[in-house]
Amino acid sequence: MYVYDEFDRTFLEERVAEFRDQVARRLSGELNEEEFKPLRLMNGVYLQLHAYMLRVCIPYGTLSSQQLRALGAVARKYDRGYGHFTTRQNIQFNWIKLNELPDAMADLAKVGIHGLQTSGNCIRNTTTDPWAGAAADEVEDPRLYAEVIRQWSTLHPEFTYLPRKFKIAITAARHDRAAIRVHDIGLRLHKRDGETGFEVMVGGGLGRSPFIGKTIKDFLPKEHLLSYLEAVLRTYNLGGRRDNIYKARIKIQVHEMGAEAFAQKVEAEWAEIRDGALKLDEAALDAIRDRFQIPDLETLDDQPAELARALATDAAFARWHANSVAPHKTKGHAIVTLSLKPVGAPPGDATADQMDAIADLADRYAYGEIRVAHEQNLTFPYVRQKDLPALWAKLKEIGVATPNVGLITDIISCPGLDYCALANTRSIPIAQKLTERFADEARIADIGRLHVNISGCINACGHHHVGHIGILGVEKKDEEFFQITLGGKGNSKARIGELIGPAVAESEIVDVVESLVDTYLNLRTSPAETFVAAVERLGIEPFKERAYAPR
Amino acid sequence: MTSPLQRKLKIHGPTVVTANRLADGVSVWLTAAGGWSETIAEAAVGTTSDEVLRLLDIAHADENTAVGAYSASATLAADGTPQPANLRERIRVSGPTISLPGAA
Repeated sequence: MYVYDEFDRTFLEERVAEFRDQVARRLSGELNEEEFKPLRLMNGVYLQLHAYMLRVCIPYGTLSSQQLRALGAVARKYDRGYGHFTTRQNIQFNWIKLNELPDAMADLAKVGIHGLQTSGNCIRNTTTDPWAGAAADEVEDPRLYAEVIRQWSTLHPEFTYLPRKFKIAITAARHDRAAIRVHDIGLRLHKRDGETGFEVMVGGGLGRSPFIGKTIKDFLPKEHLLSYLEAVLRTYNLGGRRDNIYKARIKIQVHEMGAEAFAQKVEAEWAEIRDGALKLDEAALDAIRDRFQIPDLETLDDQPAELARALATDAAFARWHANSVAPHKTKGHAIVTLSLKPVGAPPGDATADQMDAIADLADRYAYGEIRVAHEQNLTFPYVRQKDLPALWAKLKEIGVATPNVGLITDIISCPGLDYCALANTRSIPIAQKLTERFADEARIADIGRLHVNISGCINACGHHHVGHIGILGVEKKDEEFFQITLGGKGNSKARIGELIGPAVAESEIVDVVESLVDTYLNLRTSPAETFVAAVERLGIEPFKERAYAPR
Repeated sequence: MTSPLQRKLKIHGPTVVTANRLADGVSVWLTAAGGWSETIAEAAVGTTSDEVLRLLDIAHADENTAVGAYSASATLAADGTPQPANLRERIRVSGPTISLPGAA
C-alpha cells in the first residue's frame, strides 16, 4: 500500500470542500449546467440514465481493507448497497444523489480515495498488474512507477484539457495482465544489461477505431520515464485533433502520422527536456518507495500439509484452486483471485456486505491488502498457502469463490443500457444468461481458458475487441442485436478480434456462443489447445459456419 | 434560404420531453403545467414540431430543476396517456431490467 503524505491528505480535503461549494452553487442556480458539468466530471461524477454515477479511482488497483470498508460504507449510506468494479480498476456507484456527493467524497477522502482522474480529457489514473509485487514473473513492482506517474499527472497544468481522455497502463511481468497494448501509452518494465527501463508503446485503444499500440521506444532508462511521457503528451496535446471527438485520441494521430514519424516528433521534444527537472533520481524514487507499506511475509515452505491434504481430498477445493490460485514470488504464499462473476449475477458487482466481509478476510488472511483486476475481479496478493482451505471456505460463504477465473463465465461486461446513457443495448442480461447456460463447473473447466467480453455500444467499455469471443450490442429498429468477433487478445500478443458475420438477435446470442464453443470442442487437437489457439489455427470459417447454421 | 436561427425538429407521432432531475438524477417528464413528474403518464404530449419545440423551450428554461432535456417518442395507451416507445425509454421509466445486487 502507498500511504498518502500530509500534502496529499490536505489536497483531498481541499478538493472536497471546493466540490461542496460547487454543488451548493449549482443547486442554488448560481452555476448553470454548462458551467457545472466540467467541474463535476473532474471529480468523477457522471449523469447516467436514472441517476448520478460516481466513479472512484483506485490507484493502480490497490486497496487497503480500511479503504474497502469505506467503499462499502458509501455504498450502504449513499447508494443502494452495492458498487461496480470496472475494467480500469475503479469502482462505480450508480445511484448517488448530487446533494449527497460531497459527503460521500468527504468520507472517502478520510481514507485517501477520490474520484480524480476518472473522467474528463485528462491523464486518467494509471492501471497495472493486479498481481504487482507478488507475481513470480515480474522484474520489479510496477506500482512504484504508477505512483510516480500519479504524482506527475494529477492536476498537470499542461495536460488538464487534452484533445481526449488519456490512459496509461504499466506492467513489469512477462505475462501482461494489464492489457497495456490497448492503452494510449503502454509501458513494459524490463531489464537490459542489468538496467531497468521501459518499452514504450503508444496509440493503442479500443472504441470505434481499435488499434494495437506501436512500440516507439524499445528501452527507456527508468530515470527518463517522466520526461519521455511529457514529450509524448506534449506531442499529442499539440498535434492531436480537436475538430472531431471520434478522431481525437492519440491512436488516430499515431495512425495518421505513422508510428515512426510520431516517434521522431517525440524524440525531438524529448531531446529538449530529458535532462531537466523531470529526470528521476534514486533519492526521489526512494522517497516514494518508502511510502509503500510492503507486508513482511513469513518464511514458509511451498505445498504445506494443510494444502496438500485439501487438494487430495476435496474436489471442489481443487477445482477452485486450479483457476483461482496463482504462484507467488515468495515461498509458501499464493495469489488468490476472488470471482465477482457468480452465476446469474452482474459481472463485477459487490454488495456492501461483501465488501465488509472481504475486508475482514483480507485482514485475517491477506495482510489487509486487496487488488482490483481489470477483469472486474478482486485479488488477495499475499495469502499463506496453508490458509487457502480455510480462506476458500470463507469466500464461498460470501459468494466470491465461483471456480471460473479465466474461464467462459468470467465475463467482462460494461454496465450497458441498464445504467448507461450512451449504450445501445443491454450487456448484463447477456452475461447473466451466459453464466446460467455455462453454470456446470466441470463443463467450463473442460472448455478451459476462454475470455468473453461484452460491450453495449461501440465505445467498447467491455473491451469486446480483445475478447476471445467478443460481443457488441447494436440496436436495429428498437431491437437488440449482437455482433460477434473471434480471436481477440488483450495480452502481450494483443490482437483485434475478427467479425464473423451479421449481428444475431438477442434471443439467439446465447445459443450462438454455445455453438461456437461446441465447434471448438469438436475441433481442438487436445484439451491443451485453448479456444483462442484453435481460432488462430483454424481461422473463423468453421466457427462462422456453425454459428449461422439453422438450429 | 433557411435562417441559421430557424430550429428544426422531426417529430414522428406522439412525443414527450424528458430530463434528469438536478438534485438526484431521477428521470422526470415535463407536464402540461410546465412542472416535472416522475411519471411519464403525466407528461405533456406534443404531436407537431412546433408543440415539441415549445415544450423543449419550457424544459430548457428550467435547467435548475431538471437537466439534459430532450424529446422522446411515446405511444399512447387506450386512455391517451403516454408510454415509452423504445427500450431505452422503457428502462428510464421502469429502472434496470435486472435484479439489483443484494435485492431479495
